[in-house]
Formats: sequence, structure tokens, C-alpha cells
Amino acid sequence: MIETIASSLLTVLSIEHIAYLAGGVCLGLMIGIFPGLGGIAGLSLLLPFLYGMEPTSALAMLIGLVAVIPTSDTFTSVLMGIPGSSASQATVLDGFPMAKQGHAARALGAAFSASLLGGLLGALLLTAFVLIARPLILAFGSAELFMLTLLGLSMVGVLAGNSLIKGISACGIGVLLGSLGAAPATGEYRMSFDNIYLMDGIPLVVVGLGIFAIPEIIDLLRQNRAINEASELGSGWLDGVRDVVRNKWLAIRCSIIGTLVGALPGLGGSVVDWIAYGHAVQTTKDKPRFGNGDVRGVIAPESANNAKEGGGLVPTLLFGIPGSGSMAVFLGGMVLIGLEPGPAMVGAELGTTYTIVWSLALANVIGAGSCLFLSKWVSRLTLIPYALMAPFMLMVICFAAFQATRSLGDLVALLAIGVLGVLMKRFDWPRPAFLIGFVLAGGMETYLYQAIQFDGWSFLTKPGVMIIAFITVLSVYFAIRAKRKSGDDTSETPTTEEPPRRRARNLKPQAAFAAAVVAFFAFALYDAFQHSFLGGVFTAGISGLMLVLSLTVLIKLLRGQVDDPVNFDNEVEAGYDSDSTVARLPHYLYWLTALVLGCYLFGYLIAIGLFFVAFLMTKARTSLVRTLSLTGAAVGFLVILAHLMVLDLPRGLLQDLVQMPWPLS
Amino acid sequence: MKKSNQTLIANVARSLRTSIAAATLGAGALALSSAALAVDFAGDRIEMVMPFKEGGGSDTWGRFYAPLVAEQLPGGPVMVVKNIPGGGSTSGANQFQLRAKPDGRDVLASSASTMFPYILGDSRVRYDYKDWAAVLASPTGGVVYVSADLGIDSVADIAKLKGQDLKFASQGATSMDLVTLLALDLLDMDVKAVFGMKGRGEGRLAFERGEVNIDAQTTSAFIKKVQPLVDEGKAIPLFSYGVLGKDGKIKRDPNFPNLPHFVEAYEMVHGQAPNSEAFRAWKSFFIAGYAAQKGLFLPKGTPDEVVQAYSEAVAKVVAKPGFETEADDVLGNYEQAVGDDAQMMFAEALKIDDAAKAWIIDWLNSRYSAGL
Repeated sequence: MIETIASSLLTVLSIEHIAYLAGGVCLGLMIGIFPGLGGIAGLSLLLPFLYGMEPTSALAMLIGLVAVIPTSDTFTSVLMGIPGSSASQATVLDGFPMAKQGHAARALGAAFSASLLGGLLGALLLTAFVLIARPLILAFGSAELFMLTLLGLSMVGVLAGNSLIKGISACGIGVLLGSLGAAPATGEYRMSFDNIYLMDGIPLVVVGLGIFAIPEIIDLLRQNRAINEASELGSGWLDGVRDVVRNKWLAIRCSIIGTLVGALPGLGGSVVDWIAYGHAVQTTKDKPRFGNGDVRGVIAPESANNAKEGGGLVPTLLFGIPGSGSMAVFLGGMVLIGLEPGPAMVGAELGTTYTIVWSLALANVIGAGSCLFLSKWVSRLTLIPYALMAPFMLMVICFAAFQATRSLGDLVALLAIGVLGVLMKRFDWPRPAFLIGFVLAGGMETYLYQAIQFDGWSFLTKPGVMIIAFITVLSVYFAIRAKRKSGDDTSETPTTEEPPRRRARNLKPQAAFAAAVVAFFAFALYDAFQHSFLGGVFTAGISGLMLVLSLTVLIKLLRGQVDDPVNFDNEVEAGYDSDSTVARLPHYLYWLTALVLGCYLFGYLIAIGLFFVAFLMTKARTSLVRTLSLTGAAVGFLVILAHLMVLDLPRGLLQDLVQMPWPLS
Repeated sequence: MKKSNQTLIANVARSLRTSIAAATLGAGALALSSAALAVDFAGDRIEMVMPFKEGGGSDTWGRFYAPLVAEQLPGGPVMVVKNIPGGGSTSGANQFQLRAKPDGRDVLASSASTMFPYILGDSRVRYDYKDWAAVLASPTGGVVYVSADLGIDSVADIAKLKGQDLKFASQGATSMDLVTLLALDLLDMDVKAVFGMKGRGEGRLAFERGEVNIDAQTTSAFIKKVQPLVDEGKAIPLFSYGVLGKDGKIKRDPNFPNLPHFVEAYEMVHGQAPNSEAFRAWKSFFIAGYAAQKGLFLPKGTPDEVVQAYSEAVAKVVAKPGFETEADDVLGNYEQAVGDDAQMMFAEALKIDDAAKAWIIDWLNSRYSAGL
């Protein structure tokens, strides 16, 4: 045992190993900073070279790549509000507001040092955990996994914002959108209108980008300013490191959560961040400002998501079941190298397992270290005028969305979800609650159905189920307590500096949106009855319940209850309606629609080129030379990337009608 | 921009070259024998359309073969894998059917998930296997095993399973698990299928947890992950699916010489050889799902010379000394079918007669509300 540990440690610390590892990390950072590509693209770029390489070196490169996926994502989620993958969606909630307030460097400093800590702690924990992981994973059956989705769902209470009823309804929209497509029990296609794209369900990346990134971009464009409100950076990355030291116990707890939940196959890592974020909200005692730039909201998910990557190794190595997309590619790489996962990984091959686990820790140190180093400069991006940044960001977002299934449908879905996101932001239907519902929908339905099939309703009496149920009840209790406390805070200290809250008097726009939500639930209910019992019972139950809740919201709004918490209209609250310098809400949605329409007609490359020229000339008012050089740089970059990554950019009608030379085809 | 310009020029040059070659060919066709017509891919980039996501069995298979085949093709081109996932692999295959050029620079990697919806007449399918030329078929095998708790020791007791409460964790009735579900039905076993698993690995996990008591795994997964359970006395292998001989008959799997194959198991239960519509359907899906699970195809209208060049290249790859040991992790210990042999296997899978097809669609609809 000690011998195995010593020899693995020697392998990990050899110069050659570290060199390959660092190579993988560099590649991963360069690609991973581009949202939507993440490590999967990097891994597939690397795969052709793995074959024929010396196995341990190849393994080192692979691990280097995998380790930095949740690290480099952080740049875009904090600086631009673009969640590059599901691992960084919770980070956006507080990271991006911090960047807007001029604390970008601090947020990045906190994020990366939390990542570092999480990665190291995760590896340490794994060293012992991997030995006992097999029975633990086997103890988590469908019933326990179902309860875990409920625990995740209970975070909605924490993230609900002002009105719980709107929070739950928003979550309901997420659940129903998440159950679009094939029903797990029968394979029937729900709410998909015989459309091949919808039959597969809407990809999580597209939903994350649409619901978080698009509304923020549009908001910033309307105000026509840089991301950073202040004209210079208010604090440095060292402040962020200090924040992590101050909140070390939170980071440690979240790392443990990350490792353990990440190790459970089936749920994947997608809920880990939200559980960690919810945990931070529940356990914070002093004046929380979550959602408005509280650094703890960055530390919690970031320490969890790096630890999660280590946890995700456990089912991959022990059972050959990858918990995430990147782990699937990692598994493919292992097979190409000639390593087969299985029980032997904790027996005869234990040395290899330890080499992998510690390499992951080392890669975290290299990756998070270089990100920390870079964050000082990269955070200056937030000072650039937004009209200049926006076309690049829209290009990046469309490209990232397109990575999901590589069809034009991704762009249309992005636009549709983007519109939904804009409206939800305006009327304060909490978007995190929506996303949690979306993420958990599939698992919740599948595991509930499977648990009932396996054990009948008696699954509820299994000890594991009861333990998780108890934790869920505790979590809800803490959520209520935290909510009441923050409510007290505002009443005790009447906000002296801030102007009194402006409230919307005209409730018609809100009521119209609420009516659309009600109609959506009614349609989902109708659709549920078109299917067999097993294919429709889940969506019928959810949409029935949600119909009642959303109707309540609608009635309150129609009655004109101005003082009810359901009333919120950001146009009024933020003073946009009376400010003539702020562009009208739909204005930039038209621009986005034009871009997607352009992709449909001329293909992505031509459309994005035209969009760049038009946008830079009219909005950023750059000179013709500058416009053309910026456009050329952007388009050229895209073409090279598409060639390297072997992918066709979306084609339009033009390409179907006329034979075009590469790259226009 | 510079790079793209270069590529553009290269592209123009390439098409010019081809047209000149075509013109020369047209002029001198009568004088030239077909052997003199050189297929040359020097400097080309060949795209292997992979209708699946990165990672996973088919992608790994494709990425294993791509550099090996490219190396043996005339001119030593580069072969890259282009992932087009979606629609349970129908999207990528549809695009291939629609857009692939018949010049040998576009190839398709197909798997059981691409073939099953085609055979079942899924509405998403807009491609036709009969248009394509197969140059390689990679077989795999499968083993059905049960929990030791059911109280049987070997396949000899298979009849005792009748009437027992059997559960099977499945990815879906029209997935590769169709072969298992149908096999168990043919053996008169009353199996309750629980769907929604994401991959056979999750099914095996459910078996290990004791949530289900019957399961099936492909050969490599069985050897690496189930054999330890067999050795511990927790799992009892029942039968393998066997392999398809060149005569079209099912034979014992060389990886499991001591395990009877499905047809033998059928005879043990029923006392006679199978010959029903249900069995004919099963055989077709067995070939598409196991005996010729993965294949490499060239698009409609690809010249015979190009198909020939590919077949020869693949044959060389497979015959290379040391290939078998290298390939063992990815391909398992099975003979790869090349050229005409691959064609024959896929033809065998597509041979399903109308009666058998109608039977299977009715079976899937009535039993599993498959909505076909």
C-alpha cells in the first residue's frame, strides 16, 4: 500500500510527467477560455495524437486537459456573464455582478484560489475515498438518486428571490422544458411537434447561454457602457485570495460536497454547483448580498466544481461510467491508450489510479496558478466599451451554442431561450430556479420511474432515502431561516443611501407574461394527455401543479396588487422607462433575431461578417478601416478554429442553392 | 485569413486537378485499363462523419481506425473525425446521405444505433444503407447473465427461469437492448424492462446493486467487469449471442467457447430449432447490433476504384502484424470483416422480410408503446 503510494508519487513528480501535464494544461486553458468548447473540444483535438504515445505521458496530457475545464470557464462567466459550461453557471450569479462593480480581478482571484483549494482537497479526499467508493456507489440506487434530485430542487427555495410563488413557477417552466423530447419510460416524444431538433431536448449549454448571457448582453448594450461601472478596477486579485482564506471553512465544506456528489454516477456534476451555492446561502449568517456580488457566491461553486472533477473520476475508473461529457472523452482516451476501467483500478492497478488522482491535483495547481497570474490583465477586458465587445461576445455565444448539436436549431433555440431570459429578468422570475428545474428534470423523472419499477412505493422506506429526505428537510428549514433573517435585515436597517424602491403601477406587461406562462403550462398539460400513462404522468403532474401556482400570480397581477411581492418590473425599478438614454427593450433583440435569420439565409460565416460590419458602424461608430479589420480578424479566427476542430459552421439557404467554395460552404 | 486563403487556393487547385484528371480519363478511357486508374489521396483531408458525440464506443472505434486506414490509403492522406451528434445518430447519417461527395474524401462511421431506426422505418431516417458501400464491419459479441440469487447454476437450468420475477435495466426498447428483450421473449421468459438507463454501464450498475437480476453486456465489458462477479459467484452467465459465420449461420463466440449461443439456448428450451418471424427479426437485429455492429461506409455513387482502394487499405490494416494485440482493447477478439465480407454482413442484416418486420413493429408497439 505505502509502496504503491510512493511509486505513484514518484511518477507524478517526474520531470517528464510534469512537462506533459503542463502541456495538457496549456492546451486546455487556451481552448477552454472559449465558452462552449470547454475541454471536450480540447480532448478531441488531442485524441489523434494519443494513439501511439507512451501511455503514462498520454495520460498526463489527458488529465492536464480535463483538470482545467472548470477552471478556464471561469473567465467568461465572471467577466462577461457567459457560462461556458454547466460547471460555471452558479458562478455567474455573483461573479458577474462583482465584475460590473469593478471587482473583476478580486472575483477571479477568489474563484481561482477556491478552484485550487478545491482541486487539492478533492485529490486528498479521493486518495482515501477511492478505496471505499465501490460499496458507497453501489448503495446509491435509483431511489437515492431521486431523493438527491429533490435535495437539489429544494435549493429553489433559496434562490427564489422576492416571491416564492414565482420562484417555484420559474422552476416549473425549467422542469417542463427539461422534459421536452423522449420520455424516459417509453421513448414517446413530448411537446416536440415532430421536430427532429426538439425530439432530442434542448441542450443545457444553449439554455445556460440563453437564460444568463443574452439578457446581460442586452442589458449592457441598452445602457451603452462598459461592463465595469467604475472606470477602473476597484480591487486586485490578492483581495480575492484573502477572501478565500477568510472563508476557508466554506471552501472546505464545498470541496467535500463537490467530491462526494461528483462521485455519484447518473446525476453528473451539473447539480454540484447549485448545491454548493445553496449551501453557502443557507449557512451565511452576516448580511449576505447573494446575487448582487457576494464573493462567497463565487467561492462556493468554484471550490466545489474543481473537486467534482476528481469525484467524477471515481465512477469513470471503477465502473467505466462517465459522469459528464468530458469524462466520456477521458474514458475514450483511456481505452485508446490501452487502459480499461474496472474493479482492477482499486486492486492491481491502484498505482495507476493514484497517479491519475494526484496528476489531477497537480494540474489544478498549474492551471489555477496560471489563471491567477493572468487574471490581473484579463480583468481589464471589463473596461472596454460594450458596443465594441458585443459583436465578439455574440459571435462567441452563437459559436458556443452551435457546439451543442451542430445544427442551426441550436441558434434558434438560443434566440428563443434568450427572449425568455430577457423577460424573466425584466419581471424577476428567478432564472437560477428555472435552470435548476431544467437541469434536474431528466434525472427526477427517470429515477422516480425506475425507483417505483424496482421497489414499488416502498422505496421511500429505504434507509438511504430517509437520510437524504432528512437532509432535504434541514435544507428547507435553513433556507426559510436565512430568508427570514435577510428579510429582518432590510427592515431593521432601512436603506438610507439607496433611493426608495420604485414600483411599477402599470401591471399589464407583467400580466401578459404571466398569461403566457399559464398558457405554456396549459399546453404542457394538454400534451401530457396525448401520451401513454407512463409517458405523460410526470409532465401532467408538474404542469397541473404549476398551472395553479402561475394562475395565482396572474390573478394577483390582474387585480392590480401593486404591493404584493409578485409585482416587479425592472424597466420601472431600474428607471429605464424614464431614461431616454437607454435603448428600448426589444431593440437589441431585433439585432439578435436578424443575426439568426441571417444564419438561416446565408450561413453563419457570412451572417456574422455582415453583423459585425453593421453593428460596429452603427453602434460602436468605428471607422471603416477599423470595422473591416476587426471583422476580418473575427471571421478569420472562426475559419481557422472550424478547420482545426473539423466542424461545418451552420449553413444557410444560400449554401443549399449555390455551390460555394470552402470556407463559405 | 492567410491560412484560409491558402486552403482556398488548395481547394481550387484540387478541383482543377480532378477535372483535368476526369477530362483525361474521358478522352483516354478506352485505352486505359481500370488498373491504371490511380486513386491518389496525397495531401487530402478525409472526413469521417461520426454521428455521435466525442467519447463513447463508436467515437473511440472511429478514432482508433482513422489514422491506421489513412496510412494505408494511396497517397497517405490525413483522416479526421467529424462529430455530428443528434437524433440518436440519425442526424449525422442524414447529413452524410445529403451532402457527402462520392470522391472518397467522405466516409461514414455507422453503428447499431444508426442501423436500427433504418430497419424499423423510423420517421427521422432520410438515409438508405442500400445506397452505400461498406468497406469494414467490426463485430462484437454479447453475453446474457443472471443473478446467482435466482437459484440456478448454469444454462442447463434455464427452464427454471420461466415464471420467475425477472427485471432488466434497459436504455430503451428500440435501442441495442432490443436484441436482448427479444431473445428473452423468444425463450418464454417473462422479463420486466425498466427503461431510462444511459448506456449499458448503468444497466450493469443496477445489476450490481441488486435492482435488477438479469442483464446483458457486450464482450469486452463482460470480460473486464462481469467476469469478476462470475468468479465471486454473484453472476451466472447463461448464453452468448454467438457470432455470424460466413455461411450466415450463428456459431459459438470464440471468446466464450464453453457458453452455448442463443440458438442452442433456444433449442434447450423449446426442443427444436427456431424458425419463426420473431426469430428472423431477432437475427436481423442481432447482426445489426452485434455481428456487424460498427461499419465504415462510402457514399452513393463512389467509383468502384475508390471502394476498392479503401477495401485494400482496410485489409492491409487488419493484416498488419501486431494489429490484433493492439486492437484488443478497442475491438475485442473478433475477426474484422473487410470489403465484400462486410457488404455481405450488412446485406444479411437488411434482408429482413416484410412479415418479420411487421411482426417486430407490432411487438414493439403493443408491448412497449414504441409509437412506430
